[in-house]
Amino acid sequence: MLRQLRVALRTGVVTEPPAREAEVERLGTLLAADIRARFGRSLAIRQVDAGSCNGCELEIGGLTGPHYDLERFGLHFVASPRHADCLLVTGPVTRNMAEALRRTWHATPDPKIVIAAGDCAGDGGLFRGSYAVVGGVREIVPVDALIPGCPPSPAALLAGLLDALGRPR
Amino acid sequence: MAALVYTLTALLGAAAAATGVAGMLGASWAVDVDWLVPLGGLALEMDALAGLFVALVGATAVPASLYAIGYTGRERRGCLAYLVFVAAMLAVPLAANVMTFALAWELMSLASYVLVLDGARAGREPAASAHAGWVYAVMTHAGLACLLAGMLLLTAWTGSARFADWTAAAPALDAGARSLAWALLALGFGAKAGGVPLHVWLPLAHPAAPSHVSALMSGVMIKLGVYGLLRASFVWLAPALPWWGATLLLVGAISAVAGVLYAIVDRDLKRLLAFSSIENVGIVLVGTGAALTFAATSMAGLALLALAAALYHVVNHAAFKSLLFMAAGGVLHGTGTRDMEALGGLIKRQPWTAACFLVGAVAIAGLPPLNGFVSEWLMFQALLQNVLLPQPSLNLVFALAIAGLALAAGLAVACFVKAFGITFLALPRSDAAAAAHEAPVTMRVAMVATAVACAALALGASSIVPALAVVAATLVPAPPPVTLGAWLTLEVSGEFASLSMPAVALALAGGILLPVLLLAVARVRPRPRRYETWACGRLLQTARMEYTATAFADPFTRVFDFFYRPVKRLDIDRHPESRFFVRRIRYENPTRFIVDEWLYRPVGRLLRAAARRVAVVQSGSPNLYLAYVLAALLLLLLVA
Amino acid sequence: MDALTLSVLQALVVGLGAPLLVGTLRTLKARLVGRRGPSPWQPFLDLRKLLGKTPVVSETTSWIFRATPYVLVGAMLVAALAAPVLTSRPPLAFAGIILLMSLFLLGTFFLALAGLDAGSAFGGMGSSREVAVAALAEPTVILAVFALALRANTTNLGGIVERVSAEPLLAVNPAHLLAFAAFFIVMLAETGRLPVDNPATHLELTMIHEAMVLEYSGRHLALVEWASAMKLLLFLTLLANLFFPWGVPADVEPPAMLLGLLALAGKLVLLAVALAALETAIAKLRLFRVPELLSGSFALAVLSVSAVFLLR
Repeated sequence: MLRQLRVALRTGVVTEPPAREAEVERLGTLLAADIRARFGRSLAIRQVDAGSCNGCELEIGGLTGPHYDLERFGLHFVASPRHADCLLVTGPVTRNMAEALRRTWHATPDPKIVIAAGDCAGDGGLFRGSYAVVGGVREIVPVDALIPGCPPSPAALLAGLLDALGRPR
Repeated sequence: MAALVYTLTALLGAAAAATGVAGMLGASWAVDVDWLVPLGGLALEMDALAGLFVALVGATAVPASLYAIGYTGRERRGCLAYLVFVAAMLAVPLAANVMTFALAWELMSLASYVLVLDGARAGREPAASAHAGWVYAVMTHAGLACLLAGMLLLTAWTGSARFADWTAAAPALDAGARSLAWALLALGFGAKAGGVPLHVWLPLAHPAAPSHVSALMSGVMIKLGVYGLLRASFVWLAPALPWWGATLLLVGAISAVAGVLYAIVDRDLKRLLAFSSIENVGIVLVGTGAALTFAATSMAGLALLALAAALYHVVNHAAFKSLLFMAAGGVLHGTGTRDMEALGGLIKRQPWTAACFLVGAVAIAGLPPLNGFVSEWLMFQALLQNVLLPQPSLNLVFALAIAGLALAAGLAVACFVKAFGITFLALPRSDAAAAAHEAPVTMRVAMVATAVACAALALGASSIVPALAVVAATLVPAPPPVTLGAWLTLEVSGEFASLSMPAVALALAGGILLPVLLLAVARVRPRPRRYETWACGRLLQTARMEYTATAFADPFTRVFDFFYRPVKRLDIDRHPESRFFVRRIRYENPTRFIVDEWLYRPVGRLLRAAARRVAVVQSGSPNLYLAYVLAALLLLLLVA
Repeated sequence: MDALTLSVLQALVVGLGAPLLVGTLRTLKARLVGRRGPSPWQPFLDLRKLLGKTPVVSETTSWIFRATPYVLVGAMLVAALAAPVLTSRPPLAFAGIILLMSLFLLGTFFLALAGLDAGSAFGGMGSSREVAVAALAEPTVILAVFALALRANTTNLGGIVERVSAEPLLAVNPAHLLAFAAFFIVMLAETGRLPVDNPATHLELTMIHEAMVLEYSGRHLALVEWASAMKLLLFLTLLANLFFPWGVPADVEPPAMLLGLLALAGKLVLLAVALAALETAIAKLRLFRVPELLSGSFALAVLSVSAVFLLR
């Protein structure tokens, strides 16, 4: 127990500043100004895996680590969509997950935004055209922003999130 | 016709309550009718303690009788037994000699036995009802046997059957004799009160009886056992010995914890309430034991405090337990079942019953601002002052009792979260629950009146506790340890502790309204949107997906498994073609009752073995019987 | 200063200080694992955002679900008036630890009911575990404070504070330290911190407190989170002011209370650092080992009471 604390204190803070450029496609349902006003300082994110290969999930997982640390911007992940302001959806939306995604969206209180992460979430990506896949999150729920990449790196995800929120970096 | 009898009982109760209160305030009277009954005649005497219990029985009988009108509907059976039951209970505290007491006690037991059998038969489970009646009858009469033995011993030693004479003559008897008499009387009264290990009849009889009878049995009948203990320990056999108090303390602490532990794992709503009565009787016994110990070590002020706390809890328990039983009866009436695994969602179909049960649950869990909290607080203040006792062994017993009470208090909260939550909230778990109807008006009026009484008992603590201290002072003469301060504060033992219930209640009301006001002022307006429960996006929600009563109690079953000793049974029915395909799984994990297994079963086996030995005498041959008669005659001639 | 002003002041300190305490704790925990972490003021921003959201209420629930957040906040605000926060004479100090614990239990009671109300397995599981932990923690609290009350010859919390203030060396008495250890463990259990419960977990099977709260949203969630923060602040205040009451003034004059506030803030920062370090270094206990931890704390409390008797 003490060894862990000693290591922690010796290592110190390793967080890196966020990347400058961001590739974000805005499909906005809410006005940018509204998003910034409501969620600029505090955003609760609920991640939804709509049939993804988990590549994007691994990158998203990196966001909570010491290097990318999304909590310093007031963003944090929550367990229940009832607590969430933003649904971060990955995956091409398989047919099995379509209804679940819809219900999750309805379970989230308004006002809310949906950010699709990864090429699959955009239009089906690698799995576009498959019989098992609906083909993009926007077919099921209205999407406010799309962060492209397969998978998008944590730096790109962070930059994309901040840009979608309209936050100055 | 039945309604008339119940109304009569209600009026009798009201009159008795008034008489009782008059008795508490000092009006004492006596009635002697020598010729009515042999062996001493009928003798009734009213004093402060009797007045309290008469008032208690009367006051509880009023809402119970009103409730009975709606609950029994057209059913005539049992109304006369009910009237006899209430009348007998009123006579017990007033009894002034052995004969009157035994008559009243036995009438009370018989009437309740009839009512229990009635109710059990109505439940359409003949084997269970016979068993419930049988155990009740046996335990009651075993208790009566001990009581009579103790009383007859005292009659023989003091030369009189009147209780007043015992008080005068007791100090002259030696300690061993007094202790023997006390032990017998304590066994008898303890069996009626339901202290562990003499409690086994409670969880069988109380659920079986109709709800208004259960309310009275749990609310006041078991308190008459406490009344008897108080009379025996403080009045008839004073001065007390320290080990009497220590025994009651231990029995009380064990009853409190054991009672609530059994209540938590139960799935029958009324049996849960019966076990909870055992818990509360345990709490009262802890207070009584503490008072006895303090009295035996000449700390009269603390004894008075502990006694006042015990009496207050007696009154409070009568109020909230009768409320809970009435509400449970409302559930039974509306759905036809007491099994919590088949209930649920009743708050929407039976809003009044649910609200009344909630008030009772908050009260019994000892939460502010209701009466359970105040009596629990007072009891702790009495116990926490045990540091002033000279012997460290007594300190240890007190510390155990305090820990036991605290644990029981916490477990009671858990128990009633389960009782209210599973029964009334979420979705109905069966068609019966889905089709439940609300209780009729008389039942609702009775329940609401009792709920209001619970609140009044809490807010009026500053007047009630001193009044009870005055009653207790007739048993343990001492200056009152409870004084009144500003804001209707109860001040206990000078600077030791104080409590102002009106202030707490006001603060709580203010605290709850404050966020409402703040949100309104900040114009936080969005109206809630209705949607389904969050279930990870699953397509359907049925009652099968809710938590069950058994699951709710699972952490307790695991933590206390040395106490419950569950026996897990798992039967897996596999497909004959392949053992990888499972057709049916049956899982059972019932808890066992320690007291039944370690005490009653061995005793029962012993008795049966002894009876078998003795049964040899009953050979069936008339010649042998004639030989017995001859032998007995010869023996008598020799001895006489 | 009259009782009403004192009440308002203490309520304000507890109400506004609680989110700051939770924020500071989060920042400290982040720094200890090498992250920059959120700002200590973040909970205020979170609460403000939540107030603006439209709550989603399940059709399965009843009025209990909607009333519970208000009851929770009410109970915590009254508890704020009963704890020795700014002074050893708070308005409701008289009733002692039993009133405080009963108020916390009132909150737990209703929150557990709200968990059952939604009809989901998560809520039921959270309720069941929460009341089990609360029930098992009760005896320890009563006994630990009893040990203190024995010395002070009163159960009035303010009286205990004044007694220990008058004799500072009492604070290093073995009975006192044992009671502190027992109370610390109970604090971890009651406020849902590691190793009993992880407040930041997303796995429902590992949740105790969070599982009951999964169904709340919008302003209801804001009230429930605020109440939880106040409970943490009150428990830490009890640890700080009851066991080490240096700097808690007896009189209710503004200058003395300002000093009291500063002293309390200092002690809370120390406790927050200790708590953050503990939470970072220790993993969560398996649920069925929590009763072992709680019986350990009970044993400590019993030892503490025996020590008071033996070392009299």
